[in-house]
Amino acid sequence: MAYNWDWGVFLQPTASGDDTYLGWMIYGFKMTIGLSLAAWVLALLIGALVGVLRTVPNKWLSGIATAWVELFRNIPLLVQLFLWYFVLPELLPESLGNAYKQSNPVVQQFLAALLCLALFTSARVAEQVRSGIHSLPPGQKNAGLAMGFTLPQTYRFVLLPMAFRIVVPPLTSEFLNIFKNSAVCSTIGLLELAAQGRQLVDYTAQPYESFIAVTLAYLIINVVVMFGMRWVEARVRVPGYIGGK
Amino acid sequence: MAHHLELEGIIQRYGKHTVVNGVDFRVDAGSIACLLGPSGCGKTTLLRCIAGFEEIAAGEIRVEGRTVSRAGFRVPPEHRRIGMVFQDYALFPHLTVTENIGFGLRGTRAAERGTRVDELLATVGLGGQGGKYPHELSGGQQQRVALARALAPRPQLILLDEPFSNLDVDLRERLSHEVRDILKSQGITAVLVTHDQNEAFAMADEIGVMADGLIQQWDTPYNLYHRPANRFVADFVGQGVFLPGMVIDGHCVEVELGRLESKVPLECGQGCGTCGKGCGVEVLLRPDDIVHDDRSGLKAEVLHKAFRGADILYTLRLTSGAEVLSLVPSHHNHALGERIGIKLDVDHVVAFKTPTRAFPPRGVTPVAPVHFSQ
Repeated sequence: MAYNWDWGVFLQPTASGDDTYLGWMIYGFKMTIGLSLAAWVLALLIGALVGVLRTVPNKWLSGIATAWVELFRNIPLLVQLFLWYFVLPELLPESLGNAYKQSNPVVQQFLAALLCLALFTSARVAEQVRSGIHSLPPGQKNAGLAMGFTLPQTYRFVLLPMAFRIVVPPLTSEFLNIFKNSAVCSTIGLLELAAQGRQLVDYTAQPYESFIAVTLAYLIINVVVMFGMRWVEARVRVPGYIGGK
Repeated sequence: MAHHLELEGIIQRYGKHTVVNGVDFRVDAGSIACLLGPSGCGKTTLLRCIAGFEEIAAGEIRVEGRTVSRAGFRVPPEHRRIGMVFQDYALFPHLTVTENIGFGLRGTRAAERGTRVDELLATVGLGGQGGKYPHELSGGQQQRVALARALAPRPQLILLDEPFSNLDVDLRERLSHEVRDILKSQGITAVLVTHDQNEAFAMADEIGVMADGLIQQWDTPYNLYHRPANRFVADFVGQGVFLPGMVIDGHCVEVELGRLESKVPLECGQGCGTCGKGCGVEVLLRPDDIVHDDRSGLKAEVLHKAFRGADILYTLRLTSGAEVLSLVPSHHNHALGERIGIKLDVDHVVAFKTPTRAFPPRGVTPVAPVHFSQ
């Protein structure tokens, strides 16, 4: 089968004529990065809080945190996305729901995708934080308390500084996952990287170029994330400790 | 002197399992007490109760006369102002030595804190090492940092949980003497928990031997060894064997090796001060109670020997088949199977009523009494 390679396709104007196909790719690239970073910040904040709550002695707080984790990590990502995008607006009070449905569709897609990725990832971050705290010897908490620190202070000054250092490597893979998971959001019409790749195939009939470009774009993101996290890891390294020099 | 720490009728349970079953003791201000016992005897649980990490089921704990624990009430550990040294040191790995030691000094001015930390670094012999991180230090150094950290806020009471068990034997002994000197020089009351009697002997003024959630005997190291209150203490503290014997009178008991005259009255159990002739007992013989003497007519066969440098610990078999231990200067080097002369050198007799067995037990053949001088 003869295939006409044409890398020049990216510089051609699109059907609507107001952009090039490269412009579409860049739009998708920015959307993926913007969505994923925003979701990651939310996931880190929520996940850290929920992860800490899972380890506290108060049964109610740890129970709520456990329920959170189990809820968001046991429903498939795609189902969660549909729930946020299709079901949630129906559950809102009618006036609010209608106003929402009439708002900018890109905003609707972005919000649903953001909530979905952030909450799904927050459950996974929470699990990492919890296991990081539990990996510390029990003496650490007791030592903090015995030094006259309250439980919240002990978390703040003794447990969390070490737990967060310990979870940097597993969080790296969660950080990478959030970029890859964001591709799921193309199913609700959000024009992120994967969606743009597919659109390019439809318009140009150049599937290899399109998906090689998409693949490279994901690869670049992940390489940057990996080096970034490696830098963070080195910055927070504890001299002499496991994983230290 | 005032009692610094008082425990009264402490009971602690985990579910249905009673771990501590009614413990009382008092520690004077400035003295060092030790809870000694095999693992699972409840000693660490007791320490955790004193520190405030656990609630107690019954009883009362008082520090300087103030109640800190009783059933349903517990002053949280952070309000007890008790210093604690942990078995795994529990140093904070993300903080330097200086920051670790200064950790409990929050609220004091930076200059003051610096002075105190330097003073403590010097006390524990780690001057100039303040900038290092805990994992850059050796085990012994980490333990010193842990001690300095516990001492920094000037607690009146300090608890040490198996503090030297992660160190090698040499260091353990040296450090336990050092720690004792530091605690004594600062007049701090301390409670130490250990399963190692040498550590207990080196550190403590008073030792409570624990088993089955109870204190079997609370006494000085000397008395634990030489006047054990019961068979468990006799067995657990020091080495020795029990030989069946028969009481002759209040100061004399006869065993296979001869008659033992005791300088102190025989006491073979509670309320048994009226030992009459013929009462069956088990007599404790320490390795230093049996002396090697080539001229002695009493012979025993060498079953086993453990060379210890200055001396050899011989396990000897008597005519009856009973085994005894004897500590002999190591230049008396005898071969296994050899029959060597021994004699008794007992200062005071420790005897316990024969538990359930009839006297004399099987295998014991009467031998002619051998007289010995005190």
